[in-house]
Amino acid sequence: MRNTFLRRFVSSLLLSCAMAASSAAADDRNPFAGDARAAKAGEYEFRINCALCHGLGARGGGRGPDLTRVQKKHVHSDAEMFQVISNGIPGTVMPANGTNGQGVGMTDEEIWQIITYIRSVEVKAPAKPIGNAAHGKELFYGDANCSLCHMVEGKGGRVGPELSAVGGSRTREAIIDSVRNPSRRLAWGLTESTKEFPQEYETITVVTADGKEIKGVALNEDSFSVQVMDSSEQIYLLDKDKLRSFKKSRESMMPQYKPDTLSDKDLEDIVAYLISVGAK
Amino acid sequence: MRRCSFDDGGLRSRVGSAAAFEQPWKSGASAPRKDVFRASGFSPRSRQRLKAAYSRLRAAALKGPLFYGRARVPVRILNALLLAAFFATAAHAQVTFDRIVNSSKEPQNWLTYSGDYAGRRFSALDQVNKKTVRSLVAKWVYQTAATGKLETTPLVADGILYATAQDDRALALDARTGRPTWMYQHPLPADIRPCCGHVNRGLAILGDKVFLGTLDAHVIALDTKTGNVIWDVVAADYRNGYSFTVAPLAVKNLVVIGVSGGEYGVRGFIDAYDAATGERKWRFYTVPGPGEPGHETWEGDSWKVGGAPAWNTGTYDAATNQIFWPTGNPAPSNRGEGRAGDNLYSNSLLALNADTGKLNWYFQFTKHDEHDWDATQVPVMIDVEKPNSAGKHLIAQANRNGFFYVIDRTSGRLISANAYGKTTWSDTKDAEGRPVAKKEASPTLEGHTVCPGALGTTNFMAPAFDPQTELFYVTARDQCDIFSTAPQPYEAGHAFYGSAYFPSEEAEPYRGFLKAIDPATGEIKWTFEHTSPTWSGVLSTAGGLVFTGDAEGNFIALDAAAGKPLWHFQMGGAVYAAPIAFAVDGKEYLAIAAGSALYAFGLP
Repeated sequence: MRNTFLRRFVSSLLLSCAMAASSAAADDRNPFAGDARAAKAGEYEFRINCALCHGLGARGGGRGPDLTRVQKKHVHSDAEMFQVISNGIPGTVMPANGTNGQGVGMTDEEIWQIITYIRSVEVKAPAKPIGNAAHGKELFYGDANCSLCHMVEGKGGRVGPELSAVGGSRTREAIIDSVRNPSRRLAWGLTESTKEFPQEYETITVVTADGKEIKGVALNEDSFSVQVMDSSEQIYLLDKDKLRSFKKSRESMMPQYKPDTLSDKDLEDIVAYLISVGAK
Repeated sequence: MRRCSFDDGGLRSRVGSAAAFEQPWKSGASAPRKDVFRASGFSPRSRQRLKAAYSRLRAAALKGPLFYGRARVPVRILNALLLAAFFATAAHAQVTFDRIVNSSKEPQNWLTYSGDYAGRRFSALDQVNKKTVRSLVAKWVYQTAATGKLETTPLVADGILYATAQDDRALALDARTGRPTWMYQHPLPADIRPCCGHVNRGLAILGDKVFLGTLDAHVIALDTKTGNVIWDVVAADYRNGYSFTVAPLAVKNLVVIGVSGGEYGVRGFIDAYDAATGERKWRFYTVPGPGEPGHETWEGDSWKVGGAPAWNTGTYDAATNQIFWPTGNPAPSNRGEGRAGDNLYSNSLLALNADTGKLNWYFQFTKHDEHDWDATQVPVMIDVEKPNSAGKHLIAQANRNGFFYVIDRTSGRLISANAYGKTTWSDTKDAEGRPVAKKEASPTLEGHTVCPGALGTTNFMAPAFDPQTELFYVTARDQCDIFSTAPQPYEAGHAFYGSAYFPSEEAEPYRGFLKAIDPATGEIKWTFEHTSPTWSGVLSTAGGLVFTGDAEGNFIALDAAAGKPLWHFQMGGAVYAAPIAFAVDGKEYLAIAAGSALYAFGLP
């Protein structure tokens, strides 16, 4: 009796080891590497599952990184890419396969097709950084006043989004666009796990019952309360029904940096600085 | 309008769970009849057993120590007390078909997905009303401790609340306290791939069973008292994309259920199973096969993978013995190439004979849909008594495509179709008055913007119709998407959209609303704008209130006539479910799921 149990236990252990080994092997090697037909199938899968954030052609959208770069922040090998697509990236908005609740998840085969597609559109020779990162850093913390509101690697202000990762997760074009047209696409703030949409960096202007005017960014909001940080980093916790007036605007608190206040060259330097930090 | 009253000193209400449907909520009703066991739902044999047990209990109580020194307790009160104890502990009546047909006579219970067969999600309870709602408080919370969305609408029968939860869980709770009396979880295979989360929208109840449709396409009957599996049948092969997320509808002796899988190129169907045995009594394929009428609306073999799932609960008209069941998108959802034709009966309302599943009539909302605009929203039966109205027996549906349709439910004839949200896909109507898609609205390879977006103006969020305000309440969103199309060969069990959609970058931010529509005119009487779009359903009550939830986690009560919020409670998780109302011990409760928990509210 006991022996039977032991045998069963050992054999089930062996079986699960064998299964683990075979699944590890399956997740390690891309069975379609270099296969043009699989890449085409992967392109359509990519449209359905990935392009929402990573953009058509994998060139990055407003939300997700440009995947045509050879240097990727979270993944190097195909196997790592498989893991990231399957399990998501904790602490980011990259979801695990099949968990965004709006679409069918991908099969292993489809994930490999997508990886094959991404590999097929990678730009093999990365463009040389256009800007001067060292000068960009000086500008960021100096004349361009970026650090008044934005923090990078623990230094800077709090009113705007933290930017240490932005160079690794946004395209150069997306960063430039958000400096030139900050209101065109507001940055995402707090993401709550069960809520469909993240909070955006909307501008809130209120007058309290005692006549005080407060203007700041929304840390969070619902129908009955709003949490606001003003430009002096003061946090206000407000009940809407106690306010004299409440106004919400999609005009960003961030000033629009036009070429006459920040030249294209200086902006490229700042972008180079952010990309150098983001690559760390 | 029959209203319930709570001014009976509480005693009768306490036995109300059994007695009230015999003397249903008549104001000024006297003490319960002697033979409460004659209540419908008890067989003669069980009535006999109950009587015997009651006599023993009564005899024991009369000589028991509890009553020493209180020999003068009037027999009537003693009777009532004993009955209360008896029903609270020993038995609850079975939910018969007649009780569901007459559900308005027992507003303390919530016996079917939409509250009644008409699909109105209206409660006649009025203890919580415009005056008292400000003091509403949380009574209990039940944590499912599972991840993923909770889309359940609970049922309440005689003090027990039955709900589903993530990953095909089912449970029974003491509706007063939230304490579970049983829990069941269906063992799911590891390789299921439901389109939209491991969700379930609720149970049906009939007799001594509740019925669960599962993500691997089983239909299961569970014993109401224990959660034991009574029968378990397989409706289709989940590996080919079939699944159930819908709350079934119990009609007569049948359990009616519609399949999900429009994302996989299933061939949709609506099934009816014998509630006693699980034997399948009929199946209606929502995509007609060769030789059947409507088959000609499919190009070549496209019908075989035509989709038209039936994943939301329909309604039932006892007067005509018809089931009204709505259907979803043709597959692939966003690519019309290869399936030329109207693609019947996708995106349609079907009127089926309840006994046979035979089609009496249909109405197709969106012909040859290319935007995933399932017409699976609850078709709500409305009876209009006003003179000069176009029809008396109507069905109203706030459709995912952005139009609010009113249909004569005796003939299936369209009466009106009015936009209730932002729509750009249609600017003309056909001879019948049905909005017709512009050619330019078709998805292209490069993609272009169409409103509403792929998620629709509304979706599965349950609406409500309030016979007091005569308003139809629906959760709506304004969202436009870029629709693009891509060739996608069919492969069994694989995603079959033929498309993708993205938020339109330059578009307005998505906005979410609760809208009150006058079905007589299609006019929007009031709009409450949420902070962001919500997936919550709606409940209206005789207390002059509308209840809904939001994406930020609030449970909100609004004035049903004016749309002003009167009360809210922060539940800490987004709402993907619909609220219900019920009463136990003469006290009204509201219940709703949010985050991973089920909440109940009541007056202090």
